Amino acid sequence: MNAVLDNFDLVLRAFGYTVFLFLVSAVISLLLGTLLAAMRVGPVAVLRIFGTGYVTLVRNTPLVMIFLFFQLGAGKIFDWLRFSWVDIHIGPFDFTSFFSAAVAALSLYTAAFICEAIRAGVNAVPLGQAEAARAIGLPFSGVMSQVVLPQAFRASVPPLASTLIALLKNTSVAGVFGVIEAVGRMKGFTNDYADQRWGIFLAFAIGYVILVEIVSLVSTLIERRWKVA
Amino acid sequence: MSAGVLFDSPGPATRARHRIYSILSGVALVAALAFVLWRLYDTGQLEYEKWEPFVTPRYIEAILVDGLLITLQMAFSAVIGAVVFGVVFGVGKLSEHRWLRWPCWLVVEFFRAVPVIMLMIFCFYAIFGGMDELSRRTYWSVVLALTLYNGAVLAEVFRAGINAVPRGQAEAAYAIGMRKTQVMTIVLLPQAVKIMIPAIISQMVVALKDTSLGYAVAGLGLTRIAKPIYQQFGNHVPTIIVITAIYVVVNLLLTALAMWVQRKFVGEKKVLDVPMVGEAQSQRGPF
Repeated sequence: MNAVLDNFDLVLRAFGYTVFLFLVSAVISLLLGTLLAAMRVGPVAVLRIFGTGYVTLVRNTPLVMIFLFFQLGAGKIFDWLRFSWVDIHIGPFDFTSFFSAAVAALSLYTAAFICEAIRAGVNAVPLGQAEAARAIGLPFSGVMSQVVLPQAFRASVPPLASTLIALLKNTSVAGVFGVIEAVGRMKGFTNDYADQRWGIFLAFAIGYVILVEIVSLVSTLIERRWKVA
Repeated sequence: MSAGVLFDSPGPATRARHRIYSILSGVALVAALAFVLWRLYDTGQLEYEKWEPFVTPRYIEAILVDGLLITLQMAFSAVIGAVVFGVVFGVGKLSEHRWLRWPCWLVVEFFRAVPVIMLMIFCFYAIFGGMDELSRRTYWSVVLALTLYNGAVLAEVFRAGINAVPRGQAEAAYAIGMRKTQVMTIVLLPQAVKIMIPAIISQMVVALKDTSLGYAVAGLGLTRIAKPIYQQFGNHVPTIIVITAIYVVVNLLLTALAMWVQRKFVGEKKVLDVPMVGEAQSQRGPF
């Protein structure tokens, strides 16, 4: 345990990277996932096929392979995918090519799951709701904004929360691909302080448990706030 | 197409408009694909030498035996272990003794909230640190980490499955004088297992994908076999494409199996509803 307590600033910074990875990838994958979901439930056949294909492909691909692609392959095809143009420093945090590649891999991977969560929410709205809205003469925009989407968003909160929790845990893969976030730091500590491995593991595990609990608490609060009657 | 929740069935004018959108987006997608292919060609990724190892019998054998077979072995061992772990802790979470229920709940929630890769690193250095042979050490740390994680997920599945058995079943069993253990083993578990088989197979897809996280320690299986190939031939892009394709195909086959089992044994019923990590513990089971 001493290893963790003596280097507590390093541990905090490592978890800071985890949180940054999570937040940035969450925002990007929410945008991409919503776009994909719109494609999959929309009326345009070609986009529907594309969306379905993307989701099927990505859901069955291990995250490590996507990380490998962005680390070794992507830069060989498109030069800008080396992310060497990213060089941002905020306080003690450096966001460089490794961080950007991790964000790209995590976002593309999670977008497929976000898409499915949103689609599940849309499918949860009973058909009668939309039919009734059309029957009283609401136009398409009214049916969407007043009746269907509010219910769809509400229904997609729990699956979205599980997806985001999975994303939070998946940021740990970045630790193997050059970002010194929590797991990367833990691996370093495990090598440096061989006699304290149990304590180090427990300390980092508790860090993750706390983060997961925060995400799940926020989702419960949102769910409760949006609940009707 | 019949009317859906989102939009009414389209009329002729709308259908014509949708056709135009289809053609436009189709052209855009084909153009994007063509651009990627051109970049692949332009950067020399499509040259025969880079793809040669994947049509050479010696390498195909290495990929299938040292790669795919070991990956499948790891996933399979992990799922077997996870089922045992899941039954023990899933039933434990349903126990009416508080001293048994709480530790089980704690263990399950802990392993569901901790990243698998962290468990793997811990197993590799702390638990199997004394093992001599590197591949055996990696194998068992991957299997143990996946057993713990997937077991915790399956424990939740088992609990949900037992709770999904209609209440009257347990009540009827008690009414004819069965004991607690009898109710569980004779009445509830056999019915619950049927509902849970598809969820167990889908968990196998997750386990199979997660075996690739062994990359974090020494690596084993398909992800590991990629390295010597791209190091020798300098063909990073083709190797990643081929290995990913193998993962995707195997996972699709497993998913198809899960769907077939679901249709055969469960019917068109809803898939099990499993609460997420950290969600408040729901009602106690049928006891």
